This record gives sequence, structure tokens and C-alpha cells, in this order.
Amino acid sequence: MKGEAVTEIEQGDGVGAADATCRVSVLLPRALLDLYPEAQREVAVSAETVRAMIDVLDRRWPGMRDRLCDSTPRVRRHINIFVEGQRASLDTALRDGGKVYVLTAISGG
Amino acid sequence: MAKVLVLIGTKKGTFILESDAGRRSWSLRGPFCNTWPIQHVIGDPGTGNIYAAGGNAWFGPAVWKSTDLGETWTHSSAGLSYAEGETPIAAAWSLAQGTDALYAGVEPAGLFKSADGGETWSHVGGLRDHPSRPHWQPGGGGLILHVIVQHPKDERKLWVGISSAGVFHSADGGETWEPRNKGTRADYMPEDQRYPEYGQCVHSLALAPDGSDRLYQQNHCGMYRSDDGGKVWKSIEAGLPSTFGFPAAVHPRDPDTLFLLPLNGDVNGRYMPDARAAVWRTRDGGSSWTALRNGLPQQDAYFGVLRQALATDKLEPAGVYFGTGGGCLYASADEGESWACLAQHLPAISSVETLVVD
Repeated sequence: MKGEAVTEIEQGDGVGAADATCRVSVLLPRALLDLYPEAQREVAVSAETVRAMIDVLDRRWPGMRDRLCDSTPRVRRHINIFVEGQRASLDTALRDGGKVYVLTAISGG
Repeated sequence: MAKVLVLIGTKKGTFILESDAGRRSWSLRGPFCNTWPIQHVIGDPGTGNIYAAGGNAWFGPAVWKSTDLGETWTHSSAGLSYAEGETPIAAAWSLAQGTDALYAGVEPAGLFKSADGGETWSHVGGLRDHPSRPHWQPGGGGLILHVIVQHPKDERKLWVGISSAGVFHSADGGETWEPRNKGTRADYMPEDQRYPEYGQCVHSLALAPDGSDRLYQQNHCGMYRSDDGGKVWKSIEAGLPSTFGFPAAVHPRDPDTLFLLPLNGDVNGRYMPDARAAVWRTRDGGSSWTALRNGLPQQDAYFGVLRQALATDKLEPAGVYFGTGGGCLYASADEGESWACLAQHLPAISSVETLVVD
């Protein structure tokens, strides 16, 4: 079934994730997958913070950072990133073995 | 044989109507661009590429691109951002295919250009460096740069329209800018301040097709013509049913022919005057006007037409097209003499443009 595989993202190709000891599983929203058809719904990422996690995603799928963050920079107003059950910011630390949910908030009309 | 594409930006994606050059039978395709709110869709007659500007509440601004007449799309916002700490860009609002680059206007108002067909963008920063910028006030649609005009004979000459900062002009490719609003009113200002240097609510700009510096303008407060690139504007609203409307579209060959869609006024609902739909046409540069109603609803027409939602095509005779806030697309294949409804259940229409491909 499309999108259920967990992808291993290689590290060491940029700042932030190169020396990360945290490995998290990131669940991406389906509306984002529609924009990046080659991306998977669940992705394994090595990163210490949400910011570094998004850097890794952006290197793998160029442009994804702009879809999740604005130029302030901060997580977009209608994107929710949950770490350990709490709404996270870019500076939120990740925990090894944790799960990160990236969700589209209720929006539209 | 030539094909005509009507490119429609809506609140819920891009749609395309397609016909042969006879323009009697149309087919509709869409929605494209993942049903994002799309403010403007244009075609580049040189390459056949189609570009769609928009912004999504979840994912931010982007310009979409199709190189196969709308079958498949990609999107990019690489470089389409202001510096950290500035108010982020919410949406791309307008596009123009220049002779040197593709241009995009955004909200909050600013201008970007792309030299690689929309893959990457760079900020034309001179506009936001203008000393008036801290005083720019948003209109009802936000602080939006919603129209971009480049002179076909001199790529350095640019005009933009910002609601509600007014018209600005650059003669040096965007390095420096000056307001071009002399003669246009700001009725919403105190009586002794109604002709400011900037702060007018421009709604649409259209450059005459003869290579001159003639511009037409639909403003929140009046309809205007300038024969000197906007240095001085003269009212052409006498003979029209109101001074309010959003779009303006020029004939593809005749610099004296202009199409407007006056609405019933800015505080009266902004729909068709007397709820009877008409496109108004001048053949003499705005000295006189004719209402074109044949085939348009003549009762209970409580719709509006937005800034970018009126267009002509380049065929002979010229086609004219407009899209309503209620999702209807009307078309004329005879320069406005008769009209037909080509689609009537689309999402709210933001923009209408045409692309003729051989």
C-alpha cells in the first residue's frame, strides 16, 4: 500500500543532522504527499530538533521546508507538528525512538 | 489548427476550457494545482508553458507550472520569500511573461522574477525599497501586487499595481521606482487629500497593443487612460453606469478598444448595475461606451467580476471572456456582440486569461 513504508534517510550531508544521535519516525500528511508523490507517509529521520528534521526532509525532497515553514522562520500557522503529544516549534528537541506527527490543521472553506 | 485555451484561476484550483479557433464548442478540464486557491493563471505564447500563481493556507505560496498544456504540473517557491523577520509571503497573486523573465507579484506586495521558467525566483527589491512602502495600506483583498505590465519594446519599463498603494513605474528594470498616480482619485480620503502621490486603489492596468505608452486603468474610484505611461491619467468614466469595477482588458490589436465590467458601486454590493449583466466597450479610447448585453443575464444578476477575471484572445475577431465570483464563465467570439455561458458551476473565479497555440 502506497505510503506505508518507512524510509531510511541517510545523514551526514548537511548541518544539523550529521552528528544526530536521535532517530525518529516522522508521519507526513497526505496533502503534503500529494505535492511530493515520491515521498513516503512514514519516514525515518536522524535529527536532534524539529528544525534539523525539516532540514533533512528538505534535502531529500527539495522545497518541502517551504511547505512546512514560513520565512519568519517558524512552522506554518496551519501546520501542526506534534512531538511527544505536544505541539512543537522549530526548536523543540526530539527523543530517540520517538514519533513525530506532521498534520494539516483544520482550515479552508 | 489553432487551439484556444481559456485559463481559469479559482478559489479551488485551476481549470482550462479548450476549443478550436471557431470557439463554438468547448471542453472543460480540471481542477489542477491540487485544488489550491489560485489567483492568476497565464500562458506563455512563446513556449506554450502555463503558470499558475497561488497560495495554500497549509503550505504557503507557490507558482505552479505545466509544460504540456495542463496535463501535468510541478510547483516551486524557491526564492519566493522575503528576509527572515519580515512578514512572510502568503500567496503569489499575479504573473506576467516578460521578454526577459517571468514576473510574479505577491502578498504582502512585492515583485519577483524568474529567469528559468519559474523554477527559481529572485526578489526585485527596488520596489519595496521605495520610501513610500511603510505607508502602503492594504485594500479589501490584502496588500497585494495584483498586476504587472512590461513594455514589449523595452523590457526595462515596468508598471505594477498595488492595492491600495497605487501604480508604480520603473524605467530601469526594477532597480528604482516612482508612483504614477497623477490624476487618479482616492475618494476614501479626506476631501483635501483625494489626489495623493500614492495610496490610490488601482484595480487593473492594461497596456495598449500598439507599442505606445498608452495605459488604461480601472480604479476603485474611476476609469482612466494615460497616453504617457501613467505620468498623467485622465478620466474616461463619462457614459459608464458607475465609477467602480475591477478588471480591464484591451483589444489584441486596436489601441482604442477597451472592455470594462462596471459594478454598481463599492458600497452597494459590487454586483452588476441594476442586476443586469453587461460588458462595456469603447472603440474610441474611452470617449464613448456601448453596453454589450446579448446573451448575458438581464435579471437577477447579482454577481461580481474580480480584478484579473476579464481577458481577450488574439484571434480575429477577438474573443472576450470573463469569470464571475459565482463560478460562471462567459465568452464572446465576436468582440462582445454576443455572449454564451461556457461553464456555470466552477468555484469562485479569480482570474481569466487566454492562450492560443498552433
